Amino acid sequence: MSPWLPILMAVPVVGAIVVALLPKGSDKLAKQVTLLVSLLVLVLTGVMAAGFDPSGDRFQFVAEYNWIPSFGVKFGVGVDGVALVLIALSVVLVPLVVLASWHDADGVKTADGTLITPKRSVKTYFALLLVLETMMIGVFAATDIFLFYVFFEAMLIPMYFMIGSYGGAQRSYAAVKFLLYSLFGGLLMLVAVIGLYVVAGKQTFMFPELVGAIQDPTMQKWLFGGFFIAFAIKAPLWPVHTWLPDAAAQAPAGAAVLLVGVLDKVGTFGMLRFCLELFPDAAKAFTMPIVVLAVISIVYGAIVAIGQTDMKRLIAYTSISHFGFIVLGVFAMSSVAQSGAALYMVNHGFATGALFLAAGFLIARRGSPYIGDYGGVQKVAPVLAGFFLIAGLAGLSLPGLSSFVSEFMVMIGTYSSQAHGSGALTVAAIISAVAVILAAVYILWMVQRTMNGPTAEPVKAFKDLSAREVWVLAPLVALIIGFGFFPKPLLDVINPSVQQTLTNVQVPTSTIAEGTGQ
Amino acid sequence: MESQLAEIAQHTGGVIGNAWLMIAFPLVGAFILLVFNRFTNRWGHLLGVAMSLASFVVAVLAFVELLGFGPEERRRAVHLYEFIPGMVDMGLLIDPLSISFALLITGVGSLIHIYSIGYMSHDEHRRRFFSYLNLFVAAMLLLVLADNYVGLFIGWEGVGLASYLLIGFWQFKPSAATAAKKAFVVNRVGDFGLLVGMFVIWTTFGTLTFKGLGEQIAPGTQNGTMLAIGLLLLLGACGKSAQLPLQSWLLDAMEGPTPVSALIHAATMVTAGVYLVVRSGAFFFPEGSGAALAVAIVGAVTLLAGAIIGCAKDDIKKGLAGSTMSQIGYMMLGAGLGPAGYAFAIGHLITHGFFKADMFLGAGSVMHGMNDEVDMRKYGALRKVMPITFVTFFIGYLAIIGFPLLSGYFTKDGIIETAVHHQPILGWLAVLGAGITGFYMSRMIFMTFFGEKRWADDAHPHESPLVMTVPLMILSLGSIFLGGYLILSNRLLDWLTPAVGAPAERPEFHFTSVPGLATLALVAVGAIIAWMKYGRVPVPAVQPRGSFLTTFARRDLYGDALNESLFMRPGQWLTRLAVFFDNRGIDGVVNGLAAGIGGSSGRLRRIQTGFARTYALSILIGAALLTGALLFVGNI
Amino acid sequence: MTTHYLVLSGLLFAIGAMGVLIRRNAIVVFMCVELMLNACNLAFVTFSRQVGNLEGQIIAFFVMVVAAAEVVVGLAIIVTIFRTRRSASVDDANLLKY
Repeated sequence: MSPWLPILMAVPVVGAIVVALLPKGSDKLAKQVTLLVSLLVLVLTGVMAAGFDPSGDRFQFVAEYNWIPSFGVKFGVGVDGVALVLIALSVVLVPLVVLASWHDADGVKTADGTLITPKRSVKTYFALLLVLETMMIGVFAATDIFLFYVFFEAMLIPMYFMIGSYGGAQRSYAAVKFLLYSLFGGLLMLVAVIGLYVVAGKQTFMFPELVGAIQDPTMQKWLFGGFFIAFAIKAPLWPVHTWLPDAAAQAPAGAAVLLVGVLDKVGTFGMLRFCLELFPDAAKAFTMPIVVLAVISIVYGAIVAIGQTDMKRLIAYTSISHFGFIVLGVFAMSSVAQSGAALYMVNHGFATGALFLAAGFLIARRGSPYIGDYGGVQKVAPVLAGFFLIAGLAGLSLPGLSSFVSEFMVMIGTYSSQAHGSGALTVAAIISAVAVILAAVYILWMVQRTMNGPTAEPVKAFKDLSAREVWVLAPLVALIIGFGFFPKPLLDVINPSVQQTLTNVQVPTSTIAEGTGQ
Repeated sequence: MESQLAEIAQHTGGVIGNAWLMIAFPLVGAFILLVFNRFTNRWGHLLGVAMSLASFVVAVLAFVELLGFGPEERRRAVHLYEFIPGMVDMGLLIDPLSISFALLITGVGSLIHIYSIGYMSHDEHRRRFFSYLNLFVAAMLLLVLADNYVGLFIGWEGVGLASYLLIGFWQFKPSAATAAKKAFVVNRVGDFGLLVGMFVIWTTFGTLTFKGLGEQIAPGTQNGTMLAIGLLLLLGACGKSAQLPLQSWLLDAMEGPTPVSALIHAATMVTAGVYLVVRSGAFFFPEGSGAALAVAIVGAVTLLAGAIIGCAKDDIKKGLAGSTMSQIGYMMLGAGLGPAGYAFAIGHLITHGFFKADMFLGAGSVMHGMNDEVDMRKYGALRKVMPITFVTFFIGYLAIIGFPLLSGYFTKDGIIETAVHHQPILGWLAVLGAGITGFYMSRMIFMTFFGEKRWADDAHPHESPLVMTVPLMILSLGSIFLGGYLILSNRLLDWLTPAVGAPAERPEFHFTSVPGLATLALVAVGAIIAWMKYGRVPVPAVQPRGSFLTTFARRDLYGDALNESLFMRPGQWLTRLAVFFDNRGIDGVVNGLAAGIGGSSGRLRRIQTGFARTYALSILIGAALLTGALLFVGNI
Repeated sequence: MTTHYLVLSGLLFAIGAMGVLIRRNAIVVFMCVELMLNACNLAFVTFSRQVGNLEGQIIAFFVMVVAAAEVVVGLAIIVTIFRTRRSASVDDANLLKY
């Protein structure tokens, strides 16, 4: 029993209560407390991660408490390599988001004084952020599938309020769409979770004990379907993706970062851990259709991104393309591709986070998300333009930046995967490589229209990034460049748990094959 | 028969063991200049030059150290760190090929850095310019020094990024921003080839290092997979080196400041494709293979296309850009001939680096004196006001047309003779190309430096300061002597042999071979035609309409029009269609579903009339039905 | 014997239900509801006697308690509605609808 994870999850909640209970009018204090709490969580996570032994047990820092004993539900937490890096991603992003959202609830004004978003409760916003942080840690740390489900659904609540009351003009439409999509998937997953409990008949929801528990291939397919649809909506995968552009475009930039950077990763994380390991035969049976969907997502997301006029929607569509890469890597069934996919989850969080935040800073200055309303920003705000460009280049997976390593690993692992023998994955890899060209088109088109050319009249009044804003972006850019050249620290943590996943996927099949052979 | 390359030995210590410093110096320079931006405004350019020079010093020291080894031991691999565990480590390969490039990049690069101090002295963003230049040098060095394809690719895209930033350096001009984006996107098409090529290499051989491939591939192996890899790498090379069909970006790239055109789009970056082909030559482009033939054909076609484009351009930089395309075509042709051509291709690459940089910087010097005017029809008679620029430019001109005993003469003739020997058709095309070169380069000289003054009223041409002319002089010295030094008695060939393999028979340089004499004759004809059209008669100030062929050349052989109608328009339609489908199709279904549910529930709720007795009746009916059902079930 | 009580209970219940359905006056409706409750009580007591234990009678007491509580709340509502709308017709109080 290790107290680390429960402590990590408790600290933000306690912080949220403190923030919520602060007396009226102490907005600034609320922000400072939130920032301090999130930094404390970051430090604690850092200390915990330093104690992680990549060559040790799969799940470390394990803690289990009985929760609903009559159904065998436990409060079971523990992290493997993939979960650890995703928790690290979350806790790195939260303080930056806090800092980036410093004035988001104050009522955003443009340079000429027009109000874009009205003044809202600052305390509530930051308390919600901290609650969300707990949920994010919890969902990645849960080893009990029921607990995972609870976090999976509960995460929607703070995000729903963050979009619904702090978002842009169409916030309620976007928030409801987001909630309904996610709830629909969540209910299917709930059915599958109950089905798993009943069919496995082990009186437990603990993931490690349920691995290999379902042997009947038909039952595997049904349960797999329940989990997969929930995760595909969350990820999101074509064709159930249309909630993301709306939600991301309407959410305040900080919330959009957490939404696309972390919340959506739960989908791909769930595919990697639950879909593959619990239902290996079904995963193999469905590999081809899923790979097709992933490739469609990659190319389709990129093409639709090119046609967007709204910056935030554009970034959301690029994310759909990138999630296609992650799903492709997960289901390519090769260790290189899966490590790449897990790494991609982290790198995408940094890259898209930086891009969303930079775009958010830009939008906060002008009050319009439309690309056509800008032009020549580089001349008046070169630092902002520079950060925007680097974030954009990370989005197009420029070699030397972190997303390249993961994209390269996904594609090369998919290309060389022998999982389907016949070369279908080879074709998938080649088609997905086309996105390399498309990515250059959509990112550079946006950069050119916003940053280059003659300076548009309303842009002339822009101030360059403030120190606070630089402190938001600089750490992300440092991480993007650092992991671009030294991905080893992340990969060393990820690789063993991916290996474990692949072993779990293959071992049951081979025993079945031997069983029928005899 | 292919010969085995020399073994690659692991190396630690010494200058070679610390060769990463070569990359680190300019990288640190770029970092400092970018991060501490305006605090470095005053001395930023000096730091940039110092870092480039430091890198050059390391390159020279490494070169000297390499000379200390026997020829068969001159391939030293330096392990740096584990990059992607289980796949590839970051490491450098210091061998004759890579160190030749490193010397060229840092040497010519440093000269261009120095030149830029003067050229950019009036630009308020000079510091940023130097940071990008430093970034470029670092990336280019990584490209040529990496001992594996992934490292090469990182450098490959790094130079692409630097090129993007520098073409768009004056990004407030829409044309510059568009040209920068175009260069990046077209290059990405090539990168697609290189990427997929790497997939195939990794899948087939399980390694991405040159050392690993050298151990696995028997010399001269040819099969379908190897051919596929070769063609994919060629696609990558075409993108970077502006070879057909991916040539269209280079002419637009002239939007960048002239030192950029000299360094990146003439001397170094655009030759990366040649480097890639030569580096992979022993593996995927063995002599007589289909892939090698494809390289040679691409080279021959491009050398003609570039030359034709060069004939019709009035913009001095675009004329030089066409010429660059053409000269790289020669290098590609040489690189497609196997080890027999490698030494000449690399030799031409090096001498071209000198004389083309010389001429580009000369053109920059002219522009600097002429208020940034690029139209040669507004030049004329500049030889008297700009004597140093004229002399150095003229030396570069003589070198490029292959005037006997100058640098270009030896290297280009080498390529032509080898080509005629191995691929006669392509060889004679190259001879024809040399004739056209003679025409368009003479045309440029006559229009710029001879004839009448056709200057704009406010033009006050003057010679450039020493900080700009001294690099010109050094470059023109190289343009005179380097070729002869490298080619005569096969110095370069012997030097490169451990890295690229030896040709079946040792070439001898003949001063009086048939193709050589034919080339000289054609060049003379071209120059005379140019004199008759542009030297003897005054040059019209307005571009004449010209024949069909002239228009064809002026429009860059309709390359842009082709791209536009084949890719851009259909692409735009596809994009619009996809967006429409997404908003109306997928989202339409989703929103329709929501509207349907909302509508039907709106109708359904009309049942709630508000009359309590109606509810009571429905309760009664419900209860009766329920009771009935229970009775019915109970009776079964 | 039991049957007679049950028939009476059913008749009372039917009368009550009919009253609820066709009368407009809220007071009468209310009384009809009480009638239905008491019809149920009669049935409970009858069964209690037949089976021979006290559970049915206990339930009857519960029903009476509920009915009393209902009268308190329900009459108060009716009186309030009458005061504001000058009508005790259930059809006039139809604001709570779609």
